[in-house]
Amino acid sequence: MTAMTILVTRDGDAGVLHIAGDITSGSEPDLMKAYSQASDSGATAIILDFSALDYMNSGGIGLLVTLLVRAQRAGQRLMAVGLSDHYRQILSLTRLDEAIEIHDDEAAALAAVTA
Amino acid sequence: MTNLAPTDPGPRSDANWAKPVDRLSASGVAGARDDAVSGRRVSGPLQGFGQLWQKTFKAPLTGVDTTPEAVIAVWKDAFPTFWPKGQRFYAPLSGIKPGEVALLELSPVPGAPVKLSTGVMVLYADDESFTFMTPEGHTLSAWITFSAYREGGVTTVQAQALERPSDPFDELAYLLGGNRMNNTFWRQTLENLARHVGVIEPVVETQIVCIDKHRQWRHVGNLRNSATVRSARRTMTAPLRWITGKG
Repeated sequence: MTAMTILVTRDGDAGVLHIAGDITSGSEPDLMKAYSQASDSGATAIILDFSALDYMNSGGIGLLVTLLVRAQRAGQRLMAVGLSDHYRQILSLTRLDEAIEIHDDEAAALAAVTA
Repeated sequence: MTNLAPTDPGPRSDANWAKPVDRLSASGVAGARDDAVSGRRVSGPLQGFGQLWQKTFKAPLTGVDTTPEAVIAVWKDAFPTFWPKGQRFYAPLSGIKPGEVALLELSPVPGAPVKLSTGVMVLYADDESFTFMTPEGHTLSAWITFSAYREGGVTTVQAQALERPSDPFDELAYLLGGNRMNNTFWRQTLENLARHVGVIEPVVETQIVCIDKHRQWRHVGNLRNSATVRSARRTMTAPLRWITGKG
């Protein structure tokens, strides 16, 4: 198992979480802390950058639901970028793609935020 | 206790996930009606109607020398036997593996004449956990993950559900006692598993959190798929079907 690390950056109106390593149910404290940090300055969108993701199990997918609820409650859009074909399929299978906007990369997501 | 060697793909394999599927098929499951599941889509916590709950039930296997992998192997192998009496789980013929579908027959209340026919899809399975996802029409739009891990030097088993009642009827039933029955169901399941592996007096800890108190009115149309309504209609029309020979 690879420990998860998250780098939080700000790009315009979006807070970006650059996630590396594995996401499991044990990642909850770090993921929620990073989300809070990204939201602090009034971000209207949260972008989850999965381009350095190694592995995500079903516990990790469950965290995305919790994160989505928090973002929706705050009136934010939740977006995912850098997903491999496998995890795109998982988001489709779990029907999370009905609420999480998927883009190829950060630039495309930012363009959607400002459109 | 049966000590089975884990046979699943590695703990970090893409093969632990179900393959993409548009509509479910339960035609290979013997023993129960599959029309409540076959042809339906899966439905997770985002697609439900009612409030979103996260429920965690865990039981330390105190005094038992075992590993998470060994317990999960036993749990997968004999999953139906740990359910409380009166509830039926028809396991897939090939076992609890990613993408497989199981059928369920549930009593809404003990002794009820109506049996609820529904099912689940195995969304994820590795050697330390497995996750079920419900189909459209199930009373709960949910994922439930069964896992085992080491905590404080003791192997601990856990069931964690992320669930919303699927439609307004289901939400009402949930508020009127379904929620409490559901909690009892999973507590008993963990107790049965813990006893099976050798725990003399199992203790189940419960944590229940309302993640989202809002109801999703855009999903009120889930009523059209309701397994509860279908099962009740099937039960009530059984005499007519018997008389006309269409049963």
